[in-house]
Amino acid sequence: MTVTVYIPRDASALSLGADDVAQEISKAAASRGVELNLVRNGSRGAFWLEPLVEVVTASGRVGYGPVTPADVPSLFDAEFFRGGQHPLALGVVDALAWFATQQRLTFARVGVIDPMSVADYVANDGYQGLRRALSMSPQAIVQEVLDSGLRGRGGAAFPTGIKWKTVLDQPASQKYITCNADEGDSGTFSDRMLMEGDPLALVEGMTIAGVAVGATQGYIYLRAEYPHAYRALNQAIAAAYQARYLGSDVMGSGKRFDLEVRLGAGAYVCGEETSMLESLEGKRGEIRVRPPLPAIKGLFGQPTIVNNVMTLGTVPWILHKGAESYKNYGMGKSRGTLPLQLAGNIKHGGLVERAFGVTLRELLYDYGGGSATGRPIRAVQVGGPLGAYIPAAQFDVVIDYEALAGIGALLGHGGIVVFDDTVDMARMARYAMEFCAVESCGKCTPCRIGSTRGVEVIDRILGGVETEQNVRQLEELCELMLQGSLCGLGGMTPFPVTSALKHFREDFRARTRH
Amino acid sequence: MTPTLPPAQTETIRRIVADLKGRPGPLIEVLHAIQSALGYVPEGAVPLVAQDLNISRAEVHGVVTFYHYFRRTPPGKRVVSLCRAESCQAMGGDQLAEHAKSSLGVDFHQTTDDGEFSLEPIYCLGNCACSPAAMVNGRLYGRLTPERFDSMIASERSAKK
Repeated sequence: MTVTVYIPRDASALSLGADDVAQEISKAAASRGVELNLVRNGSRGAFWLEPLVEVVTASGRVGYGPVTPADVPSLFDAEFFRGGQHPLALGVVDALAWFATQQRLTFARVGVIDPMSVADYVANDGYQGLRRALSMSPQAIVQEVLDSGLRGRGGAAFPTGIKWKTVLDQPASQKYITCNADEGDSGTFSDRMLMEGDPLALVEGMTIAGVAVGATQGYIYLRAEYPHAYRALNQAIAAAYQARYLGSDVMGSGKRFDLEVRLGAGAYVCGEETSMLESLEGKRGEIRVRPPLPAIKGLFGQPTIVNNVMTLGTVPWILHKGAESYKNYGMGKSRGTLPLQLAGNIKHGGLVERAFGVTLRELLYDYGGGSATGRPIRAVQVGGPLGAYIPAAQFDVVIDYEALAGIGALLGHGGIVVFDDTVDMARMARYAMEFCAVESCGKCTPCRIGSTRGVEVIDRILGGVETEQNVRQLEELCELMLQGSLCGLGGMTPFPVTSALKHFREDFRARTRH
Repeated sequence: MTPTLPPAQTETIRRIVADLKGRPGPLIEVLHAIQSALGYVPEGAVPLVAQDLNISRAEVHGVVTFYHYFRRTPPGKRVVSLCRAESCQAMGGDQLAEHAKSSLGVDFHQTTDDGEFSLEPIYCLGNCACSPAAMVNGRLYGRLTPERFDSMIASERSAKK
């Protein structure tokens, strides 16, 4: 009897030794005469359990984790390959509260299927969305996306359907679908997990977008820091071509869609859409002044959709199950689900996909289990390096674009970085300015110069030089950057700075510097 | 005055540009290919690339210097990219960075005297649920402590490049 065992190939799992575990298990299986079908899946996103080894049993997929190579002999002794008892046994993985309470739509297949297998993808609802889209008119596809209420998951939360409609309505001989996979926010990894764990979902989503607006070429702009995702995407794209889901005759429809991955080169600002387009064209990633919008004049001057990985990766689900089904999740103007990422000083870090409306507190304590160090959580930064710091008094805020805006924060790409009570918030504010100075594209003065001045002003405050006056100066500088910058980098760097000032003022006292 | 390149490098660069010049917006792809082949983008590559792509040297120089990923000096045999972003800072990243510097005996952007390791800061590797993180020649590491950092360096040193 052949036993099917899953061990992730996800980069985070590999960083914790998943390859060594896979190797040990293969060796032990061979020497003990156990016939093994080893599948390298994506990660389910419960990273404190990685490397997570799963075995297919009659009652479901039984998990063991976190497994080290040293655990392998005892796992075989316990006959883990039949779901046997062992100190690392977790039971049926789907039944664990951490997973059972999630609402995984975008991440339905991640960690479940073999990401490189078109057959496995198709057997798990894959290409149902594209199949349906190909039977619809372009206008009807765009209307479906519009009706779903899907908003851009990259952070700007602009209604995806409106963007698509603008591109559809442009007469042009060439249009483009571009995917922004420049996931540079600290505390975010959902794009990476999807691209490694279910890359065909992104391929399908982009193909649907191409069919919808009449674009025949797609580009995935991937950050250079993600070599594992680069390999996974290229392998998946090759498989999709082979099975004729890409190319000159997509699913026998006579429609063409070509797709390729382009690597970025380590510039955070290229996550901004116009800067990304410049970079795709092979140029310096400097911001373009809008208008014109990319939807009208984008890549190589042509109408272009720029969507995030999560946005495009959700489109197949919407086209398959319908706009109404998607819209039934969520609250207010935030419809559907959001893959949230628990990061930093958190006990149970990982990916939690829930409908909008879950509270920050539930995420931090019910899913996250509190801080990794066991100390009180003092602050969390939501939405990456440009997101506000939220103090413990506001942990009851619900995850919803408008609710977070209501407390002066933002949701961004759904990353949540946790800090315990040893954090020095003045230092974090200084870091925000420093990061902006390193990453500024240089196009506009408030960002290019303001960030450097920001570091200097914070240094003066911490050095005890005219503290009150310099705090006022910092507030004015933040206001200027917010109002005067061309894009979100300079325009949002003030959020972490002013939120730190507002909620953690006690940290901005003068101190002895070394 | 641009330094002249060894003939082998010139030939490599010319071949790379010839292979890629037909693609839309090829410059960054060309630079990636050069860095993959040579380990860095030598100063002398700039006029060659400019000439073969029929763009100005300023354009090529501008792109090489805009992107953090492109190196203008040869790296050590292994590049240790240590994450300096918020999530890793929340898990002792600052102390780890200090340890890395003293353990390797170099500052950021420097290479050890034996040419084995270059130390670079990086801003997020997407391993934020397992902070602090580092990448060595494409291999990702997580939950680093000073001790684990040293064993990572030891195992990288003994591993084939």
